[in-house]
Amino acid sequence: MSKILENLRYADSHEWVSLEDGIATVGITDYAQHALGNIVYVDMPEVGDEVTAGEEFGAVESVKAASDLISPVSGEVLEINEELEDSPELLNEDAFANWIMKVKVSDASEIDNLLDAAAYSKICEE
Amino acid sequence: MPHTDSDIRRMLDKIGVDTIDDLYADVPQEVIFREDYDIPSAMSEIELRKHFEALGEKNRRLTVFGGCGVYDHYSPSAVAHLLGRSEFYTAYTPYQPEISQGTLTYIFEYQSIISELTGMEATNASMYDGATAAAEAMFMMVASAKKKNRVVLSATLLDQVIRVVRTYGKFHGVEVTVVPEKDGVSDFEAIMAEVEKGDVAGVIVPVPNKYGIIEDYTGWAEAIHGAKGYMAMYADPSALAVLRTPAEWGADVACGDGQTLGMPMSFGGPYLGFISCGKGMLRKMPGRVVGATKDADGKRAFVLTLQAREQHIRREKATSNICSNQSLMALYATIYVSLMGKSGMVEVNRLSCDGAHYLYDRLIESGKFEAAFPGKPFLKEFVVKTELDVEALNARLLEHGIMGGVNLGDGRVEFAVTEKRTKEEIDRLVALLTA
Amino acid sequence: MKYYDKLIFELSRPGRKGYELPADEYGKDAMSAIPSELMRGTEAELPEVSELDVVRHYTNLSMKNFGVDTGFYPLGSCTMKYNPKINEEIAAMPQFTQLHPLQDEKGVQGALELYYNLQQALANIAGLYEFTLNPYAGAHGELTGLMVMRQYHLSRGDEKRTKVIVPNSAHGTNPASAMVAGLEVVEVKSKPNGSIDVEDLKPLLDDTVAGIMMTNPNTLGMFETEIMEIAALVHEAGGLLYYDGANLNPLLGKVRPGDMGFDIMHINLHKTFSTPHGGGGPGSGPVGVVEHLAKFLPNPRVRKNADGSFSIESDGESLGSVSSFLGNFGVMMKAYAYILTLGRENLKNVGPLATLNANYIKESLKDDYLLPIDGVCKHEFVFDGLKDKSTGVTTLNVAKRLLDYGFHAPTIYFPLLFHESMMIEPTETESVETLDEFIDVMHKVAAEARETPEDVKNAPLTTIVRKLDETTAAKNPVLTYRQLKSAAEK
Repeated sequence: MSKILENLRYADSHEWVSLEDGIATVGITDYAQHALGNIVYVDMPEVGDEVTAGEEFGAVESVKAASDLISPVSGEVLEINEELEDSPELLNEDAFANWIMKVKVSDASEIDNLLDAAAYSKICEE
Repeated sequence: MPHTDSDIRRMLDKIGVDTIDDLYADVPQEVIFREDYDIPSAMSEIELRKHFEALGEKNRRLTVFGGCGVYDHYSPSAVAHLLGRSEFYTAYTPYQPEISQGTLTYIFEYQSIISELTGMEATNASMYDGATAAAEAMFMMVASAKKKNRVVLSATLLDQVIRVVRTYGKFHGVEVTVVPEKDGVSDFEAIMAEVEKGDVAGVIVPVPNKYGIIEDYTGWAEAIHGAKGYMAMYADPSALAVLRTPAEWGADVACGDGQTLGMPMSFGGPYLGFISCGKGMLRKMPGRVVGATKDADGKRAFVLTLQAREQHIRREKATSNICSNQSLMALYATIYVSLMGKSGMVEVNRLSCDGAHYLYDRLIESGKFEAAFPGKPFLKEFVVKTELDVEALNARLLEHGIMGGVNLGDGRVEFAVTEKRTKEEIDRLVALLTA
Repeated sequence: MKYYDKLIFELSRPGRKGYELPADEYGKDAMSAIPSELMRGTEAELPEVSELDVVRHYTNLSMKNFGVDTGFYPLGSCTMKYNPKINEEIAAMPQFTQLHPLQDEKGVQGALELYYNLQQALANIAGLYEFTLNPYAGAHGELTGLMVMRQYHLSRGDEKRTKVIVPNSAHGTNPASAMVAGLEVVEVKSKPNGSIDVEDLKPLLDDTVAGIMMTNPNTLGMFETEIMEIAALVHEAGGLLYYDGANLNPLLGKVRPGDMGFDIMHINLHKTFSTPHGGGGPGSGPVGVVEHLAKFLPNPRVRKNADGSFSIESDGESLGSVSSFLGNFGVMMKAYAYILTLGRENLKNVGPLATLNANYIKESLKDDYLLPIDGVCKHEFVFDGLKDKSTGVTTLNVAKRLLDYGFHAPTIYFPLLFHESMMIEPTETESVETLDEFIDVMHKVAAEARETPEDVKNAPLTTIVRKLDETTAAKNPVLTYRQLKSAAEK
């Protein structure tokens, strides 16, 4: 059973978001890292890139599979987690503690379209 | 097919049907093919040999002075012998690494050798040919450059390369702009004018170019990178043993055709295409890659790696559909370069270069040919101009068992000389050309 | 044999040579006259070894490989049939290998005749009009065939036809080829037996559809019995039918793709026509079409003239070029030799005997392995792992255990329709004794899975190397000897 944190919002494509002062922190869920297996590479956007809710902003690769990362929010990338460049396995160790990017959101209401922990956990059970 | 009648009976009984035809009972009867194929009757080995001998008689083996991307280099005898080991050639792609270490090891060596020649950090396990490798280099640059969908080619790339890149570009929706040459070399100003329009993902230029000229790319990489474009070089890997490498020129991608690494001309194939890049573009590189690792007992071993990248080809982001390599030709290149070694690779170029310059000097001295691109440096291939009828000259050479230079039209003819040509052969060629 | 794990670079000694070249008789060092800024700044670190070093090294490497000549290779969808030796010898004939692709047509008439005759033979075998032999591989053939499809629609000014329908059970290469050809992929559902769901197909067929890509038999080795209806529907909607020749082998002698309504197809000469796989290539992926599409085939093309001579031509309505010259000519020679060897009398037995072999294995093993789709298969079939799932032994474990017993593994985890797919294709060149040995070993592994499952889970135990650490390889790629050396120094 994978871990789901109560205080976050989720996309059905298995990304999590926390929003604070108009800045969204985005990562992948414990369920996603578990499904992928040993993660060997994270393809991240560049600082300054514009991302759009529902569109791809990067990819996560494990030994056998590659999976697109879908942005749950729209806005400008402020920061990326550079630690993941050399240590992508951090996502396997703790997917919630190791975020992927921080975005200055252009429309904070987008987050309302996302799932809460209860709704997301239902998706994972299916 | 080893089946005896009694084998077939026993197998049908096990399956529980009466006849082999019953195994096709589910096929709609109207599509069952009931005729005989319109092909010759079965041949024994003796007949087969005679058949191919007769076909072979209709070909002419020539003393080759043509090039344009395919060269008559010599391949040491040991290459073909080792390539004939059926453990190599009857294997499939090395999906089961535990029983494919032979293939995986030589691909790793091949990647190492091409990386040494190009100076780049990474090389894939090989592509179909040079032209398709150039098309893949185009897609790599477009995939790496965000939202730019045009690639600029110098017209001094080989014609066959431009043709294939154009075809791939047309269907995949990448705009291909071919910028005309200037005095036989790539036109820096005209190419940069395109790049600076801002929609160009990258530029592809040749080393050496289609006329054999070794172009000077001083300042190119800086200018192209300054305009946020990538630079790919289409190179002759044999010549890279002596010429300034794509890495030294600052290129992001190197590609080309492996034929020059001793491969028989074989009427156009099989050869191999290579593609190399720096670590930054590694994950955009198409095709297979072999990496070093360890097994459960800690022994060094090799394995197909970065396969998740290949899995991208399944999805809508596919920029390449290649899912094989020219493995046996990669082995060819690896064994060839191993035999020639560090000094032999230089020596092949020196002999070819000296022979080409000898032929060039003799043709100019004759007064019947003049330089097409005066003063431009070349290695093993060059273009001269003449008032003589090139078609007629080549027809006469053919009668004497010689493939003359490739006729480029307008009295221009392109000659190539390799280490296989002797001074005597060149003298004979010149005598026939200037008679 | 002792364990050997050297790289050619590790045998290198400064100054050692493995070649002899003639003396330079030109008396002028032209290379040193080339401006130094155009020359390499540093030497390439290439091996410096003797000929014997090279011969021993690669002979030792070859012994670490498994090929069709080593043993049974039941790799599903790959048609690993025996590669007759005479074909290798013929393909090495210098009358062909020493031809320059740009030499005068007069001097290559034999080569052009071979190309022409082979494409004619393939057209007859496929029930199509004309083939190009230029594509270098199956995937390259697919791409070329889809370009033909697109060029056809574009030539009629029908630019909105950009969708190609691909079954969700298809090889991953199908959608990738479509993408590269600039087509959009639309998936059609498969029924449990892997066949296309015609009811799901119907609503997809509108005026944006360029065509459909199919194999028949399908990925599960089952014949698409509704093919004639599918062909009629697709044609009625203005689309074309593409046949992926990966599964052509069982149809030899029985069914021609053209007769089933297919308009375009590729053939893998390295599967159906017995040219060796070469450890991953070179292959050859000829593309055949019906008559009205022939003008779109790639340039250059080989034509037979009225006087019986042959010439190389370019067609103005062609889709363009997909290869430098006329493709992998050396591979074509082997395929042509294979066709002539079997001839009219025997080529027609290939499909039926391949089908017989597959069904024999299937019926012999379905007591221990889970057969999700019962019924007669064609050249191959799929098990969904062991029948007894309680042991925890997976398809991967079984595959690795087979290596210990001297067999190559089947294709595993494909198709994706089942979790534990194990795809077995024996081909027609294997004798019943070989099949029986394989069946015995498969039963033995199933017994081991019940009795000593740990042995199976830890397999392979006896191969030259054992399970590899693929994670580290992908995380920190070491792709060249230079990188290997510097990693070791760290």
